[in-house]
This record gives sequence, structure tokens and C-alpha cells, in this order.
Amino acid sequence: MDYQLKELEKLVRDADVAEVPVGFDPVVWQAFVPGDNATTPERVALGKKLYFDERLSKDGTVSCATCHDVTRAFTDQRKVSEGIRGQLGRRNAPTTMNAALLQTLFLDGRSPSLDHQARMPITNPIEMGFPDGESAAKEIARDSEYQKMFRAAYGRDLNYEDIGRAIGAFERTLVFIDSPFRRFLLGDGDAVSAEAQQGFRLFNEKARCVSCHPMNLSNPLGTDNRFHNIGVSARTQNFELLAKNALAALAQEPSEQKLEELAIGTDLSELGRFMITKNRSDIGSFRTSLILNIGITPPYMHDGTLETLWDVMDHYNKGGEANPYLDGGIEALALTEEEIDQVVAFLFALTDDRFRSENQRQMERQRAQAAEKRPFRDDDLAFRRKLVFEERIKK
Amino acid sequence: MRPKHKSVETRYMEERQEFFHSLKGLDRRSFMKVSAAAFGAAATRGLVPPTSFQPVRLSAGQGASAAEIHIAYISDSHLYEKDVNDRFVRSLLRAVDDVNQLDPQPDFVLYGGDLAQLGQSKELDLGAQILKELKAPVRMMVGEHDWYLDLGEKWKSLFGQPTYSWDHKGVHFVTLLSVVEKDFWTARGMSPMERMKTVAGLDNGVQSPFTVGAEQRRWLENDLARYSDDTPLVVFSHSPLYKLYKFWNFWTDDAEEVQAILRRFRNTVVIHGHTHQMLTNRIGNIHFHGMLATSWPWPYAPEGIPALTIQMSRPDPFNPQDGCGDGEVRVHSDGLVDKIYNFWNRNPVTVAREYTVSWGKESVPARPNRPSY
Repeated sequence: MDYQLKELEKLVRDADVAEVPVGFDPVVWQAFVPGDNATTPERVALGKKLYFDERLSKDGTVSCATCHDVTRAFTDQRKVSEGIRGQLGRRNAPTTMNAALLQTLFLDGRSPSLDHQARMPITNPIEMGFPDGESAAKEIARDSEYQKMFRAAYGRDLNYEDIGRAIGAFERTLVFIDSPFRRFLLGDGDAVSAEAQQGFRLFNEKARCVSCHPMNLSNPLGTDNRFHNIGVSARTQNFELLAKNALAALAQEPSEQKLEELAIGTDLSELGRFMITKNRSDIGSFRTSLILNIGITPPYMHDGTLETLWDVMDHYNKGGEANPYLDGGIEALALTEEEIDQVVAFLFALTDDRFRSENQRQMERQRAQAAEKRPFRDDDLAFRRKLVFEERIKK
Repeated sequence: MRPKHKSVETRYMEERQEFFHSLKGLDRRSFMKVSAAAFGAAATRGLVPPTSFQPVRLSAGQGASAAEIHIAYISDSHLYEKDVNDRFVRSLLRAVDDVNQLDPQPDFVLYGGDLAQLGQSKELDLGAQILKELKAPVRMMVGEHDWYLDLGEKWKSLFGQPTYSWDHKGVHFVTLLSVVEKDFWTARGMSPMERMKTVAGLDNGVQSPFTVGAEQRRWLENDLARYSDDTPLVVFSHSPLYKLYKFWNFWTDDAEEVQAILRRFRNTVVIHGHTHQMLTNRIGNIHFHGMLATSWPWPYAPEGIPALTIQMSRPDPFNPQDGCGDGEVRVHSDGLVDKIYNFWNRNPVTVAREYTVSWGKESVPARPNRPSY
């Protein structure tokens, strides 16, 4: 973990941790900090220690930083994540960068707050594998250093809830919104390339991105914090059957823990938001991704099936993947190759300056891969030469 | 009508008795079917208490007796030719998928009118073809958008007569053509398409208000003559059979005459399309419910909204399907209904039988936390 800590030192200076993040209005920032967990140096230091501590997993092999790696843009840049004993989950690890600014946590929003979310993987059988929070707390309480730190941070004995709070406090220091595009919005006309500026125009108009990815100075993340079915897993899944199974499974054991297991460990993961609301209109829907720093957090979508931003554009360009629950705003876009390149250039201009070299590396890598293969490209659908509904009613 | 004041316990006992009474004559297999159906329906709406299986309490919680007839509805699809718009086609397909997944399947599916946008053959053919995918039987109703290009010629060739009635499980059902307009076109020398577009234009001073018309009122009177006052009656009409807002033709000009014909029945329910929104009304013994559209939601009219209506909040302009959807009608043994609005981008809303029975005092649906318009 040392290499990660070294990198982290470059990104976030310890001295700054209790400060309002760069680019944030202090009053607005306060809204993101829970009343019972004000950011203090003690809490951040504790959270940081916990974030990198593999003892939080049952067999001592997995820490938060395993899947939310500082040197990999606070995710693992893998399709889906690997927990204890080499087990693979069903979801792509979201980055912990800027997670503090989200309204709900996890891709299906099943957690209401960062402090709650941060402790959940500890007891997920695929991820960190403790049977319950208490045994995890007991495990790290063997380290007297922790006992001291918890007392200093929260003025009480070490406990499971405070583990989440401390990690949450640490993650609130991981705010990275200082992108070239932000400087462009603030009036620096040269901050992004002409190609990216064209991409921004498309983003707001023809490509329809802004409908779900609102992005401006007061909402820098580029997510509407809502849940949409864009058809990612419609390629492979029978939603109806899954929904039936899900209702049966949740009726049998309606606990938070069960939901956690089903969402990460089984095919029911594909149902997304439906697992929480049990509302048909939420079948296969996931929270709109934040697009700030999107260039450095591949692969994309909840299951990591889209490897490059060009694949992402191809997916949207053809109007997503047809399924009964497809979001009403998803339409074939008829973007030309040049226009796709422009939107992608814009997306790469949304990366915080502190990741400039990683951004450059990713852009080159993804461009090279996209030149090789574009598995989701379908110009017939994109340009409406073929209409999905016609295929369906022909039979 | 029930006496006005009854304790919760009395009502609960009555409901239980009614429920168990309705189970008499069922063999074990059908009983299992009924209870599984009730549970399934509740489960898909997320109404099942997560800790236990309590079908009896559930049906009580849903209010009144177990529903006897289960209708699904799809309405106001406004299909265009594919070169103009295929979004509405996809929306109609979504509704068809919704209805086809209902388990158990409904007794029948009501199509609420305005299948086409401009009454053209291609639009109606496309709609007919899509509706063929429905597994349950379909009852068609006509809307003004289906009618005024050729005055119903094409529609009738596909779906038969627009005015008809039938009996089902002790309830009398009537479908009306409620969008009859006076001839405003001949004198103006309008082409069929000009006539169609005038009617489709809603708020213009050229067309006349919708009516059921003298001829159909006579038919209705005759049709109902052989039914006693306590026969449960459900009427389907495209426009609301009352006067809401004339400038948008959310209006039936001879509504009072039609209501006069229906008034003698103890319980009458009118289910209407055209308004593309949540709409609830009650005039005397007649309970009115609107249907959602699959195409787009209308804003609420600036005046005339019935007091019982709980307005849905303003649709999200960034999601073209917000405020749209389909739904279900569950007809109880007394002919009154639970009306379910199945929104595609929101939680479903049930306007329960008790709500209109109690003039809006009981079983009040949750009000949305955002304003309408």
C-alpha cells in the first residue's frame, strides 16, 4: 500500500484535510458533511488508516484500497472487482473520488449516506467477508493504536458504525473537481481544445447527454443522481425472470444484509434499482454515472462491459439496448464519427488536473483500442436505417 | 350506498364477510389461484409487508372486498408514421409488455382511444398490429384522432363498431363514441386532412365541442333499459363524460343528458382517456377516472379540475416518458373500482374505491411532493 500512500500524499496534503476542497463554496460544502461527522484531522487520519487496512477483511487480504486504488483513479480499472478468496462480484467498482458529493451511494443507491456505505463492504461475503460488523470491530480492536485513534476521533470506544464514519470522513477529502473544463467555464477560453468545445456543444444538444448528466459550476459531477435503464445488461439478461426471482428471494429474507449479497453476488445484480424499490419502472436502472474524471475510470457501466469512451458513445448512439424498461430519454443519436470524437475529447477534458498524465495515458490507450475494435457500434440503428420496433413487429 | 358512519371494526368485519362469501363456491384450486393472484399483484407493487405472508390483511388493507374483475388499460398512443416519430411506437410496445407480464392476466384490456395521431391507415394498421401482441382479449374505444380523417371508416374496418356493450361477471360494460362533433367542415370546404388536423389541434375556435349525441343517447337508453338499478355499470368513453375545460375539449357538451341516463344506477363508473393525466371526479353516483397516456402527459387545465382529483406533479421535461404509463382497473362486486395508475418513471398510484366512496376522506392516495402546473 506504500505506493498508494505516496501517490495520495501528492494528491491531498494532510495539512489540508479539514479545509473546504478546492473550487467549493464553503457554505455549499457544509451541506455534504453530516452533522454527526464533522471533518476533523483525527477522523481523517483514522479513516485513512482504515481505508488501507487489509485487516478489515475476513482473511486479511482486502482493504478499501484494493478496489479503490489511489493509483488507479480510486477504482480498480477492472471489469468487476475481486474480493476475498479471489471471488468476483457482479459490479464495476465506482471510484471513491467525489463520492462524498453523491446523494445516494452504490450504483443502485441502496445506501443513503457515505458513512453508511463505507462500512457495508466489510460484511459483504464476496468483498471483505466478515459475518457481521461486530466481529470486524473486534478484529481491529486488537490493535491498541486503533483504540486510541477512535477515542481521539469520536470520544468513545471503537465500534462498527464509527468505522464507516471515519472512512467517510477520509473520503470527504477525496474531492477532485478542478478540471480544464471548469477553468473553461470560469472564462479561460483556451483551457480546452476546440474539439472539446465542439464536444460540449454536442453534449448539450444533439447527443442529449445533458438530460441526465447536468454539469455546471454548482453541480460539477455531471449526474442527476437518478436511476435510469439504458439497456446495458439487456444484451444478456431476461429481466422479467430475474424480477420474479428477486421478489421471491427478498420476500424470503428481507434484510439489508441479504440485499447486499444479492446485489453484488448474483445475477439479480442486473436489476439495479428495482432491488430496492421493487418498482417495475426501476428494473435494470442504475444511478447516472458521474462524468467528472470519467476518462480515467474505465471500464464503464455498472458491469464494466464497455471498455472505452468510444464504446460508451456507440452504445448511446444506437439508442441503447432495446428493452421494455429503457429510459424514455434514450434515442438513437445519429452522431458521425467526427462528432463522437468531439464528445470523447470533451469527456477527457473533465479530468482533474492532478491526474493529467493518467488522463493522457488513458486517452491514448482507449483511442488505440477503439481504432482496433468498436464492438457496440451499429450505424444502422444510430442513423435510423433500422428501427428496433420494426424488427420486433415483423415476426 | 353505505350508511355514512361505520367504525373501522364494522367495516373490517363486513369486508371479511364479503371476502369469504366471495370465496364460497370456489374449489381448492381456484382458491389457491385467487390468493396467489392477490399476493402476486401486491408483490409486484411492493406492497407485501417484508416480514410475513398475510394475504387476508392485505386484501383488507387494499380496501373493501376482493376485486372481481381485473382490467388492464392502455390509452392515447398517438402513433405517427415511422419517419415522423417512432418514440410513441416504442411507448406503446412498452405498455403491451407491461400488460403481457401481468400474472394472472387481466379479464380484458381496454384500449382507451387515440391509437393514431392523424387517423391515417398506416398509423392505425401499425397500432392494430402491435395490439395483436396482447395476450388478453382487447376492447377497443375510439378517439377523435382515430376518427376525423375518414369519419371512422378505417378504424371500423379494423376494430368494428365503436359503440357496444356486453356483460361480464355480473357487471354491464358500455363503450361509447363520445367525440361526435357538429359538421364544421362542409361549409368551410375542408379536405379530410384539414378536418382531421383541426380536430387534432384541440384549442381552436373552429371545431365544435365533443358530444355523445342524440342518436347514441337513445341507443344507450335502450341498451340500459333491461338492467335494474342495482346492476353495476362501467362506461368507457374517450372524453370525460363531464365538463372540465371547454377550450381543450376536456369536455362532453351533452354530459348532463348522458349523466341523466346513468343516474338511476346505484353505482356507475366512467373510465375515460383523452386527458392524459391523473383525474378523479364524482357526480352523484357516477365515479369518473382518467387514464394515463403512453404518448405524452397533458398539463392540467387552468380551471374546472374536480375537487377529488389529486394532481400528478409536473412531468420531468428531460424524460419524455415521465407522467406517461398505463394501468389497471379492479372492479369490485358492487361495480366500484380501484383505479391504478402505473407510471413509467414514478411510483404507481392507486385511487382506491374507498376514496371516491368517501368523497375523498378515506384511502387518500399519497400526494406528490412537487406541484403540478
